[in-house]
Amino acid sequence: MNLKSFRVYAKYKSLLIGSLIIGTIVACKELVPDPPADDQILDGPVDGLSGEQKIKFLRGDVAFNDDIFTQETGLGPLFVANSCGTCHAGDGKGHPFTTLTRFGQNDANAGNTFLHFGGPQLQNRAIPGFQPEQIPVGATFSNFTPPANTGLGFLEAVPDAILFALADENDANGDGISGRINWISVPPYCLIRPGTIIKNGKYIGRFGKKAAVYDLLQQTANAYNQDMGISSSYEYFNTYDGQEVDPEVANQTVLDVVFYLQTLKAPIQRDQSNPEVQAGKHIFITINCAKCHIPQLQTGDFPIAALANKTFFPYSDFLLHDMGPALDDGYTEGSALTSEWRTPPLWGLGLSKNSQGGHYFLLHDGRAKSIEEAILLHGGEAQSSKTAFQQLSPTDKGKIIKFLESL
Amino acid sequence: MRFLNLLIIFIFLVSHVKAQIDPELLRQAPKNTDSLKLNMDAVYDRPFLHLGKLPVALGGYVEANHQYLGENGVTEGHQFQMRRLTLFVSSSISKRIKFLSEIEFEDGTKEINIEFASVDFEFAPLLNLRGGIVMNPIGAFNQNHDGPKWEFVDRPISATQLLPATWSNVGFGVYGKKYTNNWAYAYEVYLTNGFDNKIIENTENHTSLPATKDNKDRFEESFNGSPLLTGKVALRNSKIGEIGFSYMGGVYNKFEEDGLTLDKKRRVNVFAIDFNTNLPKLNTYISGEWAWVTVNVPETYTEQFGRKQQGGFIDIVQPVLKRSMFGFEKATLNAALRLEYVDWNKGTFRSTGGNISDHVYAIVPAISWRPTPQTVIRFNYRYNWQKDLLGNPPSRLAGFQFGFSTYF
Ligand code: HEC
Ligand code: HEC
Repeated sequence: MNLKSFRVYAKYKSLLIGSLIIGTIVACKELVPDPPADDQILDGPVDGLSGEQKIKFLRGDVAFNDDIFTQETGLGPLFVANSCGTCHAGDGKGHPFTTLTRFGQNDANAGNTFLHFGGPQLQNRAIPGFQPEQIPVGATFSNFTPPANTGLGFLEAVPDAILFALADENDANGDGISGRINWISVPPYCLIRPGTIIKNGKYIGRFGKKAAVYDLLQQTANAYNQDMGISSSYEYFNTYDGQEVDPEVANQTVLDVVFYLQTLKAPIQRDQSNPEVQAGKHIFITINCAKCHIPQLQTGDFPIAALANKTFFPYSDFLLHDMGPALDDGYTEGSALTSEWRTPPLWGLGLSKNSQGGHYFLLHDGRAKSIEEAILLHGGEAQSSKTAFQQLSPTDKGKIIKFLESL
Repeated sequence: MRFLNLLIIFIFLVSHVKAQIDPELLRQAPKNTDSLKLNMDAVYDRPFLHLGKLPVALGGYVEANHQYLGENGVTEGHQFQMRRLTLFVSSSISKRIKFLSEIEFEDGTKEINIEFASVDFEFAPLLNLRGGIVMNPIGAFNQNHDGPKWEFVDRPISATQLLPATWSNVGFGVYGKKYTNNWAYAYEVYLTNGFDNKIIENTENHTSLPATKDNKDRFEESFNGSPLLTGKVALRNSKIGEIGFSYMGGVYNKFEEDGLTLDKKRRVNVFAIDFNTNLPKLNTYISGEWAWVTVNVPETYTEQFGRKQQGGFIDIVQPVLKRSMFGFEKATLNAALRLEYVDWNKGTFRSTGGNISDHVYAIVPAISWRPTPQTVIRFNYRYNWQKDLLGNPPSRLAGFQFGFSTYF
């Protein structure tokens, strides 16, 4: 190369390098991975939050997902896991690794008779040097696989009167499906909602698989305390020795997490216009699945405007149903029978695998490894609905499954 | 603050010396270009400035970068980062007694560490005594971590998030080397302070050797009174390349306090292999290391914290142009590629027997330009796939990093 052409080349080359650098800076945005579509993930806030509310949501998000507790910050001594996000990965359903066990109450009226043995919850892990609990001899127990915790603000915003009206304790309409309320005692720190219905000093429970929890504050304070061994000014008894201890998490953090749970968006249904999905939904209604898994509910007035007076689609009545002997573990909470379980919302069902490590672990203890298996394990009040499902042609069964996967 | 003052004095000294003293007096220490240099020689194999006849030599390196990374569609935007500024001072106390210290400022002055500060006594080539703050010779990167030596903006994930680079501790040890025609053999053995229970009690939410570095007292006292043993043997052939085998192990938990036994002794063991070679003709430089970690985690603790970990990286650097560029006479343009992998939890769930994930894969293509061998300007594209414990769909991180690193 002679000198002149080299100069041209050099000039051209710096131009090339310069435009390469500028080009890539401009292209930066194009070359980072796309976000997953909104309907593919459970995390994210409901629409319509104000700026302040978004800040609060983000604070709660961090506390829920990133606050990993250690011995130094109060973990244990006995615990089940060290962060909310460990059990509720991506706000979705959990895995058998984070399944927890509760024991000690086998009668709706007797209460838990094993509280002095560490009941109701088994803390099966311990910080080094401590021994975890074991299920005491003679205690019955249930395993609980973590549920998704999306859209729960909508549930909290449903007026008591609606749940009360849905209940059909004595099956007055004779459809074989009753639906009961779990009447529970409420801890003193819960704020009683306006319009609360009280019966013999007991309140309507709506959270948890036995519907034994009044609101998201109780659920959160309990989770800190029972699941992680983190005491708060709400729940200040140590699960290790039952002693009253100093708070290990600030009230503000607990309230941020409650706000986060309230304002997590509801799962968004996919493939709604697919004819098979539509046909599946139709069959779901005809064979009475929808008697318990009620497609839509209505919220009432609520302090968070984004949740007030909204229609939402949980596919649940949030009431207790007798599910037959196969699902009866002999353990219960509040005034529920041991065979009774709260209808789980089916929204987000199709995304379960994405938080359960690629497999389904359905029903309260994760025993069902597929949607079909979950349906076939229905009994009790759901017996005739299950039988109707069994009698469907394979294509119709496929349509129902397709519909459930779209939720 | 003391370090800050030190830094100011140091910079003042260097700039002053440069301004005032006849530049003739400032000579670069002759760099040993011996093809039989090993990774263990890296600490002294750096460009130092000698001040006239003073027995003290100064040096250092600096790295800064810009990055634009996004994870699952969310980016933190354009980030400009002052990754680190490192200063070395070495002195020959006598012909066979020398001292070297290395002080590192990371992310501005967020972290200030003495990476190395030790005195070496040479009794014989095969017997040198080293004491002070030493770099534990596990793998190769820990000993040979200077930014300007690498074509990538980030340090390897396996070196910093599996192994705890830069990992140095107070302790003593011996090392030695032997050369024959085409071969160099070396060994190193050190006893130092070691790990602590942060390995399994940390907010990384997995077994993490680097978490021990949060313990600021570790240069002052050993966490549990039992020393960490680190040993390495390395072998280099001037034509084939270098291979090193290293081991590091010790007790990490507080098993005893005030004479009371609290727990049984729980060990951490690390085994690593490293290698590097220059392919003849093509002049391709290949280097890498792989490490296996086992940690005795109490049975009753959570499976979140794994008992076995492993990971490593391989770098392939291909010079594509080597000649005068923009007036730099011996400039080199390289194309490079790094492949990396770390599994923080190798094992299966007790509840399901299924595989525990908690791993990351990364691929980093790069272009680097070296106007001189001691300065590198590098441009990387990074793509990481990281799976959580349960093996849920991976979180994807990708983007560009652009930066420089140079000795000064
Ligand atoms: C050990 C695993 C684990 C941890 C840690 C954990 N949870 Fe849960 N969570 C569960 C399980 C299991 C259930 C179901 C319990 C039940 O239904 O009674 C549950 C239920 C819930 C529910 C009720 C959902 C519903 O549909 O009614 C909410 C809300 C919740 N958790 C929030 C939290 C918060 C907030 C934290 C952290 C402070 C947390 N969880 C920590 C396992 C966990
Ligand atoms: C009598 C009320 C009732 C009827 C009718 C009913 N279910 Fe359920 N369903 C429940 C309850 C309660 C559970 C939870 C049982 C448990 O966790 O052990 C449940 C669980 C499920 C689950 C698993 C959800 C999860 O998150 O683990 C699926 C899927 C499901 N039902 C689908 C159906 C379908 C399809 C039908 C119609 C064939 C149907 N159900 C009919 C009450 C009912």
